Amino acid sequence: MEKKWHRRNISELIIKILMAISFAIVICSLGMIVWTVLSKGLPALTLDMITKTPKGGYYLGKEGGILNAILGSLLLASGGTILALLFSLPTALFLETYSKNTIWGSQVRLALDVLWGIPSIVYGAFGFIIMLAIGLRASLLGGILTLALLELPIMTRAMDEVIRQTPRDLTRAALALGVTKAELAFQIIVRQTIPGMVTAVLLAFGRGIGDAASVLFTAGYTDRIPNSLLRPAASLPLAVFFQLSVPFPEVQQRAYASALILTFLVLFISIISRLIVWRMNKFTIK
Amino acid sequence: MEPHIQIKNVNAYYKNTQALKNINIQIPRQQITVIMGPSGCGKTTLLRSLNRFLELDEGTQLQGKILIDNQNIYDRSAEVIDIRKRVGLLAQSPYPLPMSIFENIAYGIKIHNIKDSKKDIEKTVQHYLELAGLWEEVRDRLHTPAGELSVGQQQRLCLARGLAIEPEIILGDEPTSALDPISAQHIEKRLIELKHLYTIVIVTHTLRQAKRLADYVIFMYMGEVVEAGRAEDVFLHPKQERTQAYLDGIF
Repeated sequence: MEKKWHRRNISELIIKILMAISFAIVICSLGMIVWTVLSKGLPALTLDMITKTPKGGYYLGKEGGILNAILGSLLLASGGTILALLFSLPTALFLETYSKNTIWGSQVRLALDVLWGIPSIVYGAFGFIIMLAIGLRASLLGGILTLALLELPIMTRAMDEVIRQTPRDLTRAALALGVTKAELAFQIIVRQTIPGMVTAVLLAFGRGIGDAASVLFTAGYTDRIPNSLLRPAASLPLAVFFQLSVPFPEVQQRAYASALILTFLVLFISIISRLIVWRMNKFTIK
Repeated sequence: MEPHIQIKNVNAYYKNTQALKNINIQIPRQQITVIMGPSGCGKTTLLRSLNRFLELDEGTQLQGKILIDNQNIYDRSAEVIDIRKRVGLLAQSPYPLPMSIFENIAYGIKIHNIKDSKKDIEKTVQHYLELAGLWEEVRDRLHTPAGELSVGQQQRLCLARGLAIEPEIILGDEPTSALDPISAQHIEKRLIELKHLYTIVIVTHTLRQAKRLADYVIFMYMGEVVEAGRAEDVFLHPKQERTQAYLDGIF
């Protein structure tokens, strides 16, 4: 039988083509970013880069590496993420279990959405003012606090969206057993939504580790390995920024190598977390 | 024998509509009471008022008293967690907790501190899985996810889970309507076996199921109890015209 062409077939075809185009754009952008970082960064990526701190003359193209920034970034971002998690998880669970459908709940959501949209430099400036007020200098602690502030709305709202997907029948089943709201939140909802929770944490971690502006004033920068909460700490985004603004090609290449390291760090941590989630995921009720 | 549950002057509202109108009935101890009636007659609302589930929905309101062993569960001093421990619920479609089969049963035992030692908990889990007729099918895979069971098995798991917290009353909200005929039969059989231990209240919209299970029947229509009484009386000699009409399949 000859195939008939309906208008609906045509509109489906158009949609399919649009989807293919947007898919291609996404893949190409990703590919181009990875290609740029790889092609410019790989030649400069030596063992020294990840095992040594900058020596004298490093920023002129002489020896050394960015171990200070790698460790600094890991400490800053994990510190900030853990701190943010301590507040996000209870907030997100509270929004679902205690203040569901209340005016308060929607106000908090609105506030978090606004906070999500605030540029990170504003967080940096805000953190800096707070630090001045309490007499804290640019330090690892200051950076962690500011990153926690930056990550908090992202993590909370991402978790909130995940928690809202908890099937109503599941919460009802748990409530019928006589659980308290706290037990419902921490023992049932968290178990059910753990994959999404991890995604929320990763999203916030990725934002934190990649952000330069918020740590610029608050964590400062140093060529030393971070050894105290109250001393400045280096970070990879700032390492990229500083090296890129030096007028020597060797140093600029190292900026790309630093970016490559940053990208791999995030990739590595994502993969590890996914593997952990994959193991925990099997108890989730579909 | 003294009734287990007494419902006195209960009116329930869902926003502006009245879902229950002046309900006054008594539910006998250790028998199966079936609440039947056409869709939207308020039978599920009545059932959900017995474990304080009504208040989970926004804008619901209940007036009147519901006494379980002469204790008003809507009293200010009544603790909702204790009430839900005493009054178990078998939902329309089974929903296991996101845990292993074993943990699904053990969880309730743990939160209510019914058993302490690991060994006692293991024994109790086995006991209730046997009572729900599921033990033989799952004994070799107790620690696999409960979500992997078939729907019929899941409903028996939910039954075992509910029984494990030692309730006095079991509510069933059309507990077989999502199941295949064989699983449904399985659940009905369990309920009949269990009625000498528990007071069972079932909502159903299938008349045949009501006839198979009921010792005591409550017939509801448009938010009111039209007729309530012993099953043989209501089914064979209904006093109300509307009951007769329902039994004849006119609704």
